[in-house]
Amino acid sequence: MSGNRLKNKGLLIDQNKPLEFTFDGKSYSGFEGDTLASAMIANGEMMMARSFKYHRPRGVYSAGPEEPNALVSLRSDGRLEPNCTAPTVELYDGLDAHSQNAWPSLSFDVMAINQLFSPLLVAGFYYKTFMGTGQKFWHFCEHFIRRAAGMGKASLDADPDRYEKANIFADIVIIGSGPAGLAAAKAAAPSGAKILLVDESAQFGGSLPEEQGNIDGYDANEWAADTLKTLSEIDNVTMMSRTTVYGYFDDNTLGAVEKVADHKAVPENFEPRQRHLKIFAKRVIIAAGSIERPLVFDGNDTPGVMLANAALRYANRYGACVGQNVALFTNNDDGYTTAHQLKALGVNVTTMIDAREKINHGLCKDSSINYITGHVVTSANGGKSLSSIKVAPYDADTKSIGPQNTINVDALLVTGGYTPTINLCSQTGTPAIFNDEIQSFIPGRANRPWLAAGAIMGSFDLKASLEDGISAANESLEALGLPPSNMTALKVNGQNPVAIPFALTVIPSSNKSAKKFVDFQHDVSVNDLNIAHTEGFRSVEHLKRYTTLGMAADQGKTSNMNALAIMAELRGISIPEAGTTRFRAPYKPVALGTLAGRDIGNHFSAVRRTPMHNWHMDHGAEMIEAGIWYRPRVYKKSDETLTDAYIREATAVRNSVGIVDVTSLGKIDIQGPDAAEFLNRIYANAFLKVAVGKARYGVMLREDGYMFDDGTSWRLSETQFLMTTTTANAAPVLSQMERLLTLNWPDLKVHVSSVSDQWAGMAVAGPKSRDTLNKIITDVDFSEDGLPFMGVTDGSIGDMPVKVARLSFSGERAYEVYTPTHFGTAVWKEIMKAGEAFDITPYGTEALGTLRIEKGHISGPELDGRTSMADVGLGKMASSKKQYVGSSLKERSGLIDQSRQTMVGLISHDHKPLKAGSHVLNGTENIGHVTSTTYSPALEKFIALALIKQGHTQIGNTLSATFPLKNERNSVLVVEPHFYDKEGERLYV
Amino acid sequence: MIIKCPHCGPREASEYTYIGDASIQRPDHNDTDMEKWSDYVFMRENPRGAHMEHWQHTSGCRSFVKVLRDTVTHEISDVTLEGPWQAEDKS
Repeated sequence: MSGNRLKNKGLLIDQNKPLEFTFDGKSYSGFEGDTLASAMIANGEMMMARSFKYHRPRGVYSAGPEEPNALVSLRSDGRLEPNCTAPTVELYDGLDAHSQNAWPSLSFDVMAINQLFSPLLVAGFYYKTFMGTGQKFWHFCEHFIRRAAGMGKASLDADPDRYEKANIFADIVIIGSGPAGLAAAKAAAPSGAKILLVDESAQFGGSLPEEQGNIDGYDANEWAADTLKTLSEIDNVTMMSRTTVYGYFDDNTLGAVEKVADHKAVPENFEPRQRHLKIFAKRVIIAAGSIERPLVFDGNDTPGVMLANAALRYANRYGACVGQNVALFTNNDDGYTTAHQLKALGVNVTTMIDAREKINHGLCKDSSINYITGHVVTSANGGKSLSSIKVAPYDADTKSIGPQNTINVDALLVTGGYTPTINLCSQTGTPAIFNDEIQSFIPGRANRPWLAAGAIMGSFDLKASLEDGISAANESLEALGLPPSNMTALKVNGQNPVAIPFALTVIPSSNKSAKKFVDFQHDVSVNDLNIAHTEGFRSVEHLKRYTTLGMAADQGKTSNMNALAIMAELRGISIPEAGTTRFRAPYKPVALGTLAGRDIGNHFSAVRRTPMHNWHMDHGAEMIEAGIWYRPRVYKKSDETLTDAYIREATAVRNSVGIVDVTSLGKIDIQGPDAAEFLNRIYANAFLKVAVGKARYGVMLREDGYMFDDGTSWRLSETQFLMTTTTANAAPVLSQMERLLTLNWPDLKVHVSSVSDQWAGMAVAGPKSRDTLNKIITDVDFSEDGLPFMGVTDGSIGDMPVKVARLSFSGERAYEVYTPTHFGTAVWKEIMKAGEAFDITPYGTEALGTLRIEKGHISGPELDGRTSMADVGLGKMASSKKQYVGSSLKERSGLIDQSRQTMVGLISHDHKPLKAGSHVLNGTENIGHVTSTTYSPALEKFIALALIKQGHTQIGNTLSATFPLKNERNSVLVVEPHFYDKEGERLYV
Repeated sequence: MIIKCPHCGPREASEYTYIGDASIQRPDHNDTDMEKWSDYVFMRENPRGAHMEHWQHTSGCRSFVKVLRDTVTHEISDVTLEGPWQAEDKS
């Protein structure tokens, strides 16, 4: 056991309030205020994970969201959440955490055998092993590889918790509440501007608790507390903790996730677990700080090796001591401050190793520490728990090491300087620039409404960071047209020295099989970078993809800078010459549930029900989704199958009368003196001379000449039409008409308006349809002259107004009856009652499909956006006497090509059902596909419509329709697409 | 991204539908030159920087607006109402 709890230490924990939790089923205790990582360290458990590829033992490495190693799964069942970083998991009573990527257990992991094969699992492993070996070998191996190389597993259960979305508007958004962020907020607050201060941690203050300097006479941490108190009392300042800005999007829109209840076992009633925030910002100040950089040496991933500043945070904030005998390895002055602060907190730092030969000897002020300068740590040993390190003199000029000494320690803290967290700035597309002093990239000057301030700009000392914050606030206020803050520079005393790192890229080793990790989370070592370089991968973008460095869930927060330095060194160029990669959103992984928010289940999209919905439900309807509408598919009687039901329904229409709900069709009211001219321009067939009281079937093309939609338009008066569209295209058709009227033909005096919701529609079809309606619509003359085919008229049922149009989709005598929505059910019931004598049968979309396929009428499957009018047999309908939308481009060579697929009918030879989507084969040549299928009660055959190459030349031939997924193959006879009543006599029966 | 609708005020881009490049003119309706129609339907510049676009406020007042948007920064510098109601635009 290495770690333990320091008595009476820990700013954030309450040692009087113990909490119980489990890790891999074993019980532990921590305190209120702990994180999972701090509690595990205090319990002496450093190893918390197995690595991604080699399954090496890994311990917690950092104290923040940059954590590359300690990924854990939290909770179980529907609340299971994989890949959580232990240092950011707030402890609560009863937390159950699990290690990942290890089987059967964390301490004995079978897959650790991968280490023996590590020479095979190097950079480009997938490409090298599976390219050229053929698909079969990959398919054989894929299962094992995916099982072996994985992060945590997601739950298959539904998540019982709520996730919400919210929008926030702010004048100035400040990201990060360290010295720069707090100073900026304090400076900007009195202006009255709406300020939003966000921080990803549970506490505000950033690095201030570890800062030794005084600000305006206050201890840094007290200054933070005082400033936060002041800000909390100002109305125009909103402060949000546990809120991570993960993306910087277009037009100063930020994406953020607020972890509302992740620190509780179960969210309170009505409380979401997480909330997605869309933040609309006028100005943004990014004060995201910096992350300590690891050093690269053999065994640098051994549990017990961690970032120095992380160890300090664990001791200072949580009283968690990382070891009993601690060494610290540094290349900069900041390491000394860290060591002395740790000592002051009671952590036994015994040895300091500094790679620099010459240092300011005033730094070595603790006589109980053995300071070793001009030396490096060449290896860390101990497997699952650090037991010793090897130390050797280092010659910076030749980059070589001298004889090695072994020192026994149980914790090794490393600091390689600090890397600014430029992720969000990089997302905006502003190129990063290299800062020689801090050996890292900082954000370039933005030409957008954001500024970076503080450590992110390389301002590592407290005073500079605070001043940065104030000037960022002033610049933002000026941009908003507000007067600058009267806050003057803060007085700072005794601040921490600045970490100016000494270039130390890869530390040499005498061990030939040394494992020096650069990217811990993706198990990318120096060796992998060497291989990539040897194989000619020069650009950092290629290096990244070939080795997968920086591509894990942590986006290489701890690894990118070291990798760039190594790559530059291999190429013999400087780091800025080698360049850097651009970060993309998200800065931190975002749960899918958070992005979905409340848009799940029935809330995913609107549900539209027709006015007759309840009647359908009461009469055995099985509903089907048609776009967002729910329509009856069939009305099942007792023990009928779906097929039985639709055959019965379709037969009833052919023999007597049926009724179908057609409310979901799009309905558009078109009014104005130029209404007829307008329709004449948008339909491919003529519309100028449609008489009042008549309807016409029309086909619309897209601008590119392909078919768009079809439907009927009814001329209600000289200046008014009622247009119907297909269910699916109701909105696109309206938009196309609005676009043409507004942008292209503003001279046409026409208004269009959707009336889909205003009308309930039903089609009454069959030889007894006239007799049925005649009984109840007494004010309409249903004679051949009174209401001829395609005639439209007004009428009434009692005092309910209806419009009756004699149209037919089924091929039978049929009438569409429209009535204002609220009369829908009443009119439907009246018609049902009137039809009782003829055994009127309600029918659904299946029978509707059967009837139209028998007639060869096109619908959605044929109008798939790739068919021309000629393809579906409507070529002759297109007017040659006028210009209309799509008329020129419909004549393009590709659209008039004689070898195009055209619509035909198919009849199954073997009396077997055909499947839509089947391929139609002529011998072995694939010549098209089946679009719509049904059993035809009229023909007593299984029939289909299909689009096949030069369909008209195939009439009378036998082809095969195959559906390889189900291993089906049917012999089919090609026929004309009109299977039934080609002459249309049934319309007048 | 926020687009200021002349009728409804500033609204988020998700309420709008992008209609297309506003620098393209639809040929005269009675023009039969296939080249012109082909250019109108298929040929587009892909500029880096200022781009004039048609948008429709589909989830709002359904009016069409001409939007001057920077394709790099997504900054919207001008929004005007389109169509026969343009003259009434007092925004």
